[in-house]
Amino acid sequence: MNISAANMDFKQLNEQIKTAVGNVCISHCCGQRFIGRGFKDKTITIHGTPGNALGAYLDGATIEVRGNTQDAVGDTMNNGKIIVHGNAGDALGYAMRGGSIFVRDDAGYRTGIHMKQYQDRKPVIVVGGKVGSFLGEYLAGGLIVVLGIGTEDTPVGNFTGTGMHGGRIFIRTNKELTGLPAQVTAEIAGPEEMSEILPLLSEFCSLFGVAADDLIKDSYYVLKPNAKNPYQQLYTAN
Amino acid sequence: MKEGQVRIPSGCAISGLIDKTGKRMSGEAIIRSISVMRDRSNGLGGGFAAYGIYPEYKDYYALHIFYEHTAAKKSCEEFLERHFDIINLSKIPTRRMKEITDEPLIWRYFVTPLPTKLAESQLDEREFVARCVFRVNTTINGAYIFSGGKNMGVFKGVGYPEDVGRFYRLEEYEGYCFTAHGRYPTNTPGWWGGAHPFALLDYAVVHNGEISSYDANRRAIEMYGYKCTLQTDTEVITYIVDYLHRRKGLSFDEIASVIAAPFWQTIEAMPPEERETSEYLRNVFAAQLITGPFSILVGFEGGLMALNDRLKLRSMVVAEKDDIVYVASEEAAIRMIEPNLAKVWSPGGGQPVIVRVNGGER
Amino acid sequence: MAINFLYPDYEVVRDFERCMVCRVCERQCANGAHAFLPEANKMACDDAKCVNCHRCVSLCPTRALKIVKSDHTYKENANWSGKTIKELYRQAGSGGVLLSSMGNPENYPVYFDKILLNASQVTNPSIDPLREPMETKVFLGAKPQQIQRDPKGRIVNNLAPHLTLSMPVMFSAMSYGSISYNAHESLARAAEQLGILYNTGEGGLHEDFYRFGNNTIVQVASGRFGVHPDYLNSGAAIEIKMGQGAKPGIGGHLPGTKIVGDVSRTRMIPEGGDAISPAPHHDIYSIEDLRQLVFSLKEVTNYQKPVIVKIAAVHNVSAIASGIARSGADIIAIDGFRGGTGAAPTRIRDHVGIPIELALASVDKRLRDEGIRDNVSLVVGGSIRSSADIVKAIALGADAVYIATAALLALGCHLCRSCHTGKCNWGIATQVPELVKRLNPQVGSKRLVNLLTAWRHEIKEMMGGMGINSIESLRGNRLMLRGVGLTEKELKILGIKYAGE
Repeated sequence: MNISAANMDFKQLNEQIKTAVGNVCISHCCGQRFIGRGFKDKTITIHGTPGNALGAYLDGATIEVRGNTQDAVGDTMNNGKIIVHGNAGDALGYAMRGGSIFVRDDAGYRTGIHMKQYQDRKPVIVVGGKVGSFLGEYLAGGLIVVLGIGTEDTPVGNFTGTGMHGGRIFIRTNKELTGLPAQVTAEIAGPEEMSEILPLLSEFCSLFGVAADDLIKDSYYVLKPNAKNPYQQLYTAN
Repeated sequence: MKEGQVRIPSGCAISGLIDKTGKRMSGEAIIRSISVMRDRSNGLGGGFAAYGIYPEYKDYYALHIFYEHTAAKKSCEEFLERHFDIINLSKIPTRRMKEITDEPLIWRYFVTPLPTKLAESQLDEREFVARCVFRVNTTINGAYIFSGGKNMGVFKGVGYPEDVGRFYRLEEYEGYCFTAHGRYPTNTPGWWGGAHPFALLDYAVVHNGEISSYDANRRAIEMYGYKCTLQTDTEVITYIVDYLHRRKGLSFDEIASVIAAPFWQTIEAMPPEERETSEYLRNVFAAQLITGPFSILVGFEGGLMALNDRLKLRSMVVAEKDDIVYVASEEAAIRMIEPNLAKVWSPGGGQPVIVRVNGGER
Repeated sequence: MAINFLYPDYEVVRDFERCMVCRVCERQCANGAHAFLPEANKMACDDAKCVNCHRCVSLCPTRALKIVKSDHTYKENANWSGKTIKELYRQAGSGGVLLSSMGNPENYPVYFDKILLNASQVTNPSIDPLREPMETKVFLGAKPQQIQRDPKGRIVNNLAPHLTLSMPVMFSAMSYGSISYNAHESLARAAEQLGILYNTGEGGLHEDFYRFGNNTIVQVASGRFGVHPDYLNSGAAIEIKMGQGAKPGIGGHLPGTKIVGDVSRTRMIPEGGDAISPAPHHDIYSIEDLRQLVFSLKEVTNYQKPVIVKIAAVHNVSAIASGIARSGADIIAIDGFRGGTGAAPTRIRDHVGIPIELALASVDKRLRDEGIRDNVSLVVGGSIRSSADIVKAIALGADAVYIATAALLALGCHLCRSCHTGKCNWGIATQVPELVKRLNPQVGSKRLVNLLTAWRHEIKEMMGGMGINSIESLRGNRLMLRGVGLTEKELKILGIKYAGE
């Protein structure tokens, strides 16, 4: 079903998406928030610029955006998939617990903060370009992959992985990663670790028409937490 | 209680656009842009700054003044006549709308300082004008100069920004740069002077966020003769910009590295010369460091600066198409007026985007 | 071993005449304070391990035990108290941030104790609650702006989603993980029996407790533990935790030792890893972002659930509350600086925030001044200790109160303030199975029901004395309050008169 979002507020739009039968294609989207919030099924395709908190609490549905997205995409996402043919804003995948987010270009600050995994749920974020500072802050589980396509510099900002106590961050770069916090160890990913992200890379490539060979042969840093309890020693009982 | 007697933190939306060649455009676009972000404001404040709108009076200071009553107007005009040559005065044209109520008297004056008064004061012309503005705003009850630059003007009030824009017939003005603000105060200010942008001379600031350093910044800047009558973040930021740019002669790049100073960790990784300069600025202007969330647009004669706080706690998107540069809290606000952008990006925290008309520094 | 310079605060005193060496004390103490000396056939204790929780005292069959404050002392010093010296020693020894539990114990004014209630004499009658109707039912939620009528002129029910309470009390947020399964079950069962609500806290909702949904507030905090669409839809209301009175401005940190078994499952995080709640919600850095979270929650629950925003009472609480009242939230919960916690840095707990009485009075006034008091209900906590505190809070302007420390006391907590150790001998703030089972949910819920039933009687008595037979007539009725021992400024902020005025 096609829905034109022109001059529609978010409440109307979400109501129409909810009642629509089958998959939904939205055109003229401009800033409407919360699209697809909590949906368990359906595929939603969006043309235009969806507003903040796209796919918040997403629970199994698929959202594909033909354009850029704004802040808080996939906020507290539980399951499902979000594909962005463009950029994502700040706080991408905040507190995400499951499902996957693929961003073709860049993502903003605080990507993947406090993602966590549990049993079969393992959240994944793949960003094609670069990301801002505080990538994977408080990371508690799941996988973040930053590919740095189109950038010569390190594709991450400052304070990557601060407070990280679970999960993995993969960063494709030839540059040395500096300024990492004490809670994180970084090393060049070996074959076994790479095998963890190869399916994601090929999915990324097929989604966005990128040649997989180049990506796979390059070198990746893998960041891991060096403790499950990074702040234990900070306290003394009083 | 009026704004200024109580400190009112607020959240907000901002938007702006500037033509790099100085070509003028209608105010229609900025109204449409800010209207997209209605959910970021709550109808208790909106406003615009417009640059290049008074070419026929470009050598005169354009004073926009709110009066609460005619007595205030009388005293203020007496004051202006004693200090300025008033070339033109009129009511600012407005449109009657049901969304906008309780407006004050809103007047505009094109003025130039009286040469004798200026000479007597031994001040530079801009300092003279700034001091006159402070005099009116702090001593004449019921009068408030909310805009006082050359070839620019601020238009603001209580309401949603798009309504405020229509109220002022902003679409009938043509300028090379516009900024806009939708406010989400945590109180009912009910007073038009409390809306944003906040301006001094030709500096006009719109701001999203609530800074944590407010009182440290305020107490520092008041030492240099500024008076924070509104107790708002935007006011103190405007004064800091004025102080650093006009009075201390810092460039806008340098201003950015004062108010959104790099972390020591970042400074330590800089090449020696840059490091020394950065350390110098952090040391000398420690009291002008602004912390807490902000994204600001600083309009000035011939240019615009967009800046995020150093942690980038607020969202801000910049885009380009042909000669126009757009900045907004949300990309949708830009797409609304220009769906086909050549370039879209989000500047990092503390990394200013400075656009100058025809590349010139004033 | 390095000297740690620390001497026990309390001494375990055993009457050896009475002690029959049954070793109950030894078995009951998870801290290992008691030990059996086989050669001497007598019990010994290590005072340094005692947290003064009274578990052994309560269970000693011969009443052979008591705990007394040690008279061992430093040289008297009005500036450097023994407590300050000890804390300094601890930090010099460890390099750590001091960590404490439960509410601020320091000697700040308790304004409830400086407010007195009114009673009717002569000019209007007092009411006898035992024989006359006395209503304590309250609704929490936003009031509609306008009356709507259908074509036949009948009033349309356009009420926003709201909560109905049999009395103006709810159990405030305590997460599963910070407290035990049995403690949660006790609270849930009591809430159901009493017709009030309990609050999951930020640790998710155990699957066994979904059946108490109508009496449950589900919380969303910065860590978003166990938050998913089904969880959000399972309760009667959703609470966004922005802050907590015991530790305003900082996040939470449940140590990995408490993330075991069902706690891990409920929080949906792996066992043994820390559960860290960031200080802010990283999708909220400004008031308009709060609006975004409020509406994302309303969207995902189809506008069926009232949204509560909980904040700590801090300096500019009234401005913050005013912003929240315009954010789409239905209820504002304010937590005073005396509020409890399972663990907080001592300095934060004891030095940050303001008293709930002042915060409540100023928020209620500000919202009325701005004409937006009807947008929201106000719930206050931290710390409500008795029915008198409740009556005073309602008269200052609250719609209802949150209690937690009082509820834990009802369950057997002795305020030893050692929750952060995870070895609660009363089975409350622990995940150790053999300790958890010491708390029987049936007994626990009964004690909670008893407490609040008694409080309800007392509330009715006090209301009756004032000639008020319905709780809404008490709300914001500040003429029923008078201050004693308060300054002009305090009276002004509280909006009450001095006794005798």
